[in-house]
Amino acid sequence: MAAVQETVERVRSLDVDQYKYGFVTDIESEKAPKGLSEDTVRYISAKKNEPEWMLEWRLDAYRRWLTMQEPTWARVSYPKIDFQDYYYYSQPKAKPKSLDEIDPEILATYDKLGIPLREREALLGIESTAPRIAVDAVFDSVSVATTFKAELAKAGVIFCSISEAIREHPDLVKQYLGSVVPVSDNFYATLNTAVFSDGSFVYIPKGVRCPMELSTYFRINERNTGQFERTLIIADEGAYVSYLEGCTAPQRDENQLHAAVVELVALKDAEIKYSTVQNWYPGDKDGKGGIYNFVTKRGDCRGDNSKISWTQVETGSAITWKYPSCILRGDGSQGEFYSIAISNGYQQVDSGTKMIHLGKNTSSRIISKGIAAGRSENTYRGQVTAHRKASNARNFTNCDSLLIGDKCGAHTVPYIEAKTASAVFEHEATTSKISEDQMFYCLQRGLSSEEAVALIVNGFVKDVLQQLPMEFAVEAQKLISVSLEGSVG
Amino acid sequence: MALLEINNLHASIDDKEILKGLSLKVNAGEVHAIMGPNGSGKSTLSYVLAGKPDYEVTEGSATLDGQDLLELEADARAAAGLFLAFQYPIEIPGVATMTFLRTALNSQRKARGEDELSTPDFLRLVKEKAGHLGISQEMLRRGVNVGFSGGEKKRNEILQMALLQPKVAILDETDSGLDIDALKIVSEGVNALRSKDRAMVVITHYQRLLDHIVPDVVHVMHKGRIVRSGGKELALELEASGYAAYGQDAA
Ligand SMILES: Nc1ncnc2c1ncn2[C@@H]1O[C@H](COP(=O)(O)OP(=O)(O)O)[C@@H](O)[C@H]1O
Ligand SMILES: [Mg+2]
Repeated sequence: MAAVQETVERVRSLDVDQYKYGFVTDIESEKAPKGLSEDTVRYISAKKNEPEWMLEWRLDAYRRWLTMQEPTWARVSYPKIDFQDYYYYSQPKAKPKSLDEIDPEILATYDKLGIPLREREALLGIESTAPRIAVDAVFDSVSVATTFKAELAKAGVIFCSISEAIREHPDLVKQYLGSVVPVSDNFYATLNTAVFSDGSFVYIPKGVRCPMELSTYFRINERNTGQFERTLIIADEGAYVSYLEGCTAPQRDENQLHAAVVELVALKDAEIKYSTVQNWYPGDKDGKGGIYNFVTKRGDCRGDNSKISWTQVETGSAITWKYPSCILRGDGSQGEFYSIAISNGYQQVDSGTKMIHLGKNTSSRIISKGIAAGRSENTYRGQVTAHRKASNARNFTNCDSLLIGDKCGAHTVPYIEAKTASAVFEHEATTSKISEDQMFYCLQRGLSSEEAVALIVNGFVKDVLQQLPMEFAVEAQKLISVSLEGSVG
Repeated sequence: MALLEINNLHASIDDKEILKGLSLKVNAGEVHAIMGPNGSGKSTLSYVLAGKPDYEVTEGSATLDGQDLLELEADARAAAGLFLAFQYPIEIPGVATMTFLRTALNSQRKARGEDELSTPDFLRLVKEKAGHLGISQEMLRRGVNVGFSGGEKKRNEILQMALLQPKVAILDETDSGLDIDALKIVSEGVNALRSKDRAMVVITHYQRLLDHIVPDVVHVMHKGRIVRSGGKELALELEASGYAAYGQDAA
């Protein structure tokens, strides 16, 4: 059997055993009644002790959502979703008040996932070697722990669950929530606005460089449960923050729904770096199960010379529908999008970005690396626009696809529009295959097929991996090997 | 038993038989040259020995140090000590040559149950070997064979051979595309690797290379078989008469 063929076979035979995070945590949880109605929305709001204005906002979104249609323009296909067949809220029964009170089962879950939730241990043992990262852990619908809060507070940084922010920092929330992704932005974002359960809130005050990396770790545990997290990050003038997001879920036969909204606001001279390693359960080898990941992520470079940078490593989910975008409003603002999207088995990925140039001298950069294996479909969809006043807008787009085997597909769908003559947009795209000759060359030098594929793929995605914070890059590199080969790692 | 021993080897691709009963014995310490007109099956022989997919061996045997090569996967053959310097080295974009060399060396060491080389030891080793071949650190940072000139590609092949220290090395048209200076550097690199424990098979179309790498035995290959063998003077004779006797011109 030819070497590439063999690799393809191996990839094809890849099954659920390869998904390391597919275990279920056995804890008691409290759920909203199944299905979606105004009552569900009220239930969620009440559970969270929300103020009236928040409930009104949710109800308004819910009513608008009822009039909206699910979008169909993405290159993905799936059976019609019955939105009444999901639970919209699930929380572990015993609600912890401090880190010490967290259900040991949940702590064990995060331990198993390699996420340290116990500050004390993090402070004692590994301080010198491992970089410290503050973590907000979201388990099903609620944030169960946020670490290093006290230390961050010293720097004036607010890092807490969005539920807590709604109660404790209502002015900031009112000012910014929904200001980047409006209530009726799109079907899933509007749904999220109605039923969002939890997520993270970050505020970095003027001139502050956040003293550590911030991270949120999302875990869907309950069966048939939708996860609708809402994240809001605000970097005030001259502030800087680097934020990491990770996600996993148990392996289940049904498709679970995940529809998040992430809003970033960068004021004058501020910079936000947002990195995601998305590893939701992708479904089994026949395409059964897996997460439907319909996500709206958008950053607003609201102030002059602000910068927002998205980096994503997408390896999981049965279906990914995701376009982290930048609105380049401030003069001289910069947007970046670095993406690695890997699809295998029957996964379908439709992902990309939008760079909307509004201000003068704005620039954006898009580097997208799509890798398709198995019977997957991998689409890059990108939009770059410059408005009339966006003089000297610049964009550079480089979009490469790599195919492994001949049963998968890679597609590139760019939309480019410049309403000012001074805009300079450059677009490069390539599609390549791992060739038999490359495999043979590697094998002749002693590499196994797995090592060869990993080496070639890592070479292919190198430009993007370099954008990730060090400790995430290592994790991502391993994840890439595991997603593609099954036997490595 | 010879270090490399090939008996009555028949191999085909796409049901077309290319090797038609080829036999060859190369002892440790010897350098053999295989010459022959284009299309006689020289590259095919090297691919079949190295285990390239799509080639089917229908008859015969090939052993390296007594070990049956034909039942091994390509990577296991490499770990067993077989090295092929490619006629057309392959490009691997994005993978730094240095990373490639290190992965290859460590894979082979692992397969043989040896420890991986530490980073400083590896860097020292590469620096030394690359220096002899006139390969700069900058070149080692570039993607494998990407943007390399013909000569650089061939030097890179010899560098890999020098690092991997194979028991049996097959050099397929290593002289093609080289100017005289590059030919000298490459030949010196190969000669430096001649050793009593190693066997080499130098495939070439032209006698020129054999002025620099002087072979112990010269074979003439034609239509998938070795049709003549002799000393180094056989190469000179072929140079004079061309391959006309074998139904093709020298060029
Ligand atoms: N993939 C292939 N399919 C069919 N025939 C091939 C293939 N590769 C090589 N051949 C044929 O095999 C013969 C030997 O080729 P090759 O081994 O490259 O010869 P040499 O290296 O001596 O010039 C040639 O006739 C060539 O056309
Ligand atoms: Mg040849």
